[in-house]
Amino acid sequence: MHAAVVVFPGSNCDRDLAVAFKAAGAKVSMVWHKDSELPQGVDIVGIPGGFSYGDYLRCGAIAANSPICRSVAAHANRGGYVLGICNGFQVLTETGLLPGALLRNAGLKYICKTVGLKVETTASDYTSGYDAGQVINIPIAHHDGNYFADDETIAKLRGEDRVAFSYAENPNGARDDIAGILSENRRVLGMMPHPERAAEAAHGNTDGAALFRALTGALQTA
Amino acid sequence: MKARVHVMLKNGVLDPQGEAVRHALGALGFDGVNGVRQGKVIELDLAEGTTEADVTAMCEKLLANTVIESYSVELA
Repeated sequence: MHAAVVVFPGSNCDRDLAVAFKAAGAKVSMVWHKDSELPQGVDIVGIPGGFSYGDYLRCGAIAANSPICRSVAAHANRGGYVLGICNGFQVLTETGLLPGALLRNAGLKYICKTVGLKVETTASDYTSGYDAGQVINIPIAHHDGNYFADDETIAKLRGEDRVAFSYAENPNGARDDIAGILSENRRVLGMMPHPERAAEAAHGNTDGAALFRALTGALQTA
Repeated sequence: MKARVHVMLKNGVLDPQGEAVRHALGALGFDGVNGVRQGKVIELDLAEGTTEADVTAMCEKLLANTVIESYSVELA
């Protein structure tokens, strides 16, 4: 599996994400935001956490219109995989690859802590390594993680089994406790929690590693 | 030509910052504030020939996220 990790000015989880991909057996290329093309043969693009462009205008809004994001959208539209974590999730909603938007946390505070996440579906190449309904512990670190979408969109996401993760205890006001969602073809995942920060023994928590292992497994046999 | 774009959270989208401002006003003794909504104003300095339709396109593509925000354009 060949993973590309996009680096924006202000990204700060890009190297953590690269380490997690590598630990799961992937080859990793770092891609600068001004590049207009992804490297040849990329299976999955990782959009990392951080504060791309200083969160100017809206979180993820400027990144979503950067040169590399046009290639990322084309990759997704060709059926390619894209994983957006935290700021990466915000970027994916801003590009329109995933529905909804991320609002300021309902309590107005930046929240940095480990939370319980319920695995809502195992029917994706990201979540197939977990059991349905399993609660895993993954850190969150965000100020704007309050998922919002209209009633119709929430019903559609639920009806199509596209909610990947939900919060066991809602920390930020997200509608329907939603922490992560999948695209229609289940190959684009956006999530606020950080599985790459819970991916090896030194992190003190390895609950996130199964996501990267499942991905590598699926994409190597594909 | 100048344009002023007002961007507001849509009705029905919770505005926790506006709520915090409302509480703070209450704490200052301003009891009559039933609601506060906070938005932003973006001023554009535009070259001659830029049309209102161009500004609308800018709003749709970047300045507002129409999933959660509404906008209005004022030309001056």
